[in-house]
Amino acid sequence: MKKIIRKLYWNPQKEENWLNSLAAKGLSLTDYSWGRYVFQDTEPGEYTYRIELLDKNAQTVESEVYLRFLEESGVEVVSHWKRWVYLRKKTVEGPFDLYSDIESRIRYLMRLTRFYLGLTLLEAFVGLANILIGITDVFVKPLQDRGFMSSVPFVNLFGGILCLGLGLMFFFALYLPIRSQLRKLKKEKEIFE
Amino acid sequence: MPESNERGSLTEAVFYILLSLYQPMHGYGIMQTVGEWSRGRVILGAGTLYGALNTLLEKNWIQTVPGSDNSRKKEYVITAQGKQQIEDERLRLEERLENAKRITGGNEL
Repeated sequence: MKKIIRKLYWNPQKEENWLNSLAAKGLSLTDYSWGRYVFQDTEPGEYTYRIELLDKNAQTVESEVYLRFLEESGVEVVSHWKRWVYLRKKTVEGPFDLYSDIESRIRYLMRLTRFYLGLTLLEAFVGLANILIGITDVFVKPLQDRGFMSSVPFVNLFGGILCLGLGLMFFFALYLPIRSQLRKLKKEKEIFE
Repeated sequence: MPESNERGSLTEAVFYILLSLYQPMHGYGIMQTVGEWSRGRVILGAGTLYGALNTLLEKNWIQTVPGSDNSRKKEYVITAQGKQQIEDERLRLEERLENAKRITGGNEL
């Protein structure tokens, strides 16, 4: 049976945990796009899911070559969305980890930190720019002369605050935790492979 | 600044990948072989293997098997340069093993 769940996740780790908890109950993801998750009934615990951030958009040649390699190695590419891919493997085939040594884990975490930092900076930039536009706009032309346009500076202002808030959320909830994981691994690497 | 010729040890993943490629093999075969040789201790992640294969190709320590490029599954094989790396590593490992045996008396703890 097919089941559709609409949900918005901004933390891929939590999203992955959620997918795995559903798969453990026999509800396995078969497709994803824009907050729409499609599930099929399977045996409980049949699949283990992983969500990965690719180096480039999933539809580029580089990513296609990588995804084909994964398929050949017994990993099923369930769905992709921009730079994110949803992967699964039969649980009976053993633990499913894409990265098995410290070196490659570090490289992947660095990819994540760059991505989250980029998101943070983008949101912060758009947010601050809108806040500034909103504030200066009020002084350029008195609100009462604008007629129906009088709410525009406030749209800028509140939109800006929202973006800035998102940026801060990405920074504290996504970037910082990954960065501390990265530091731990780099320490470990001084002793182990 | 010129780079030092003194190289460190190979990582366990790279060592086993190179060793498995004395026989031409595709990615999945490498994972299986390395898993068997290490009795399930070294399970190569697909992402790790992919990254390592690309690095080894760039370094010319391995090459793709001619003719397998277009087929569905690409096969890889070790080059003379790669074999030299394995040989160097074997010497390093023997030295380590000898010293460990000499100091600990070869006794199990």
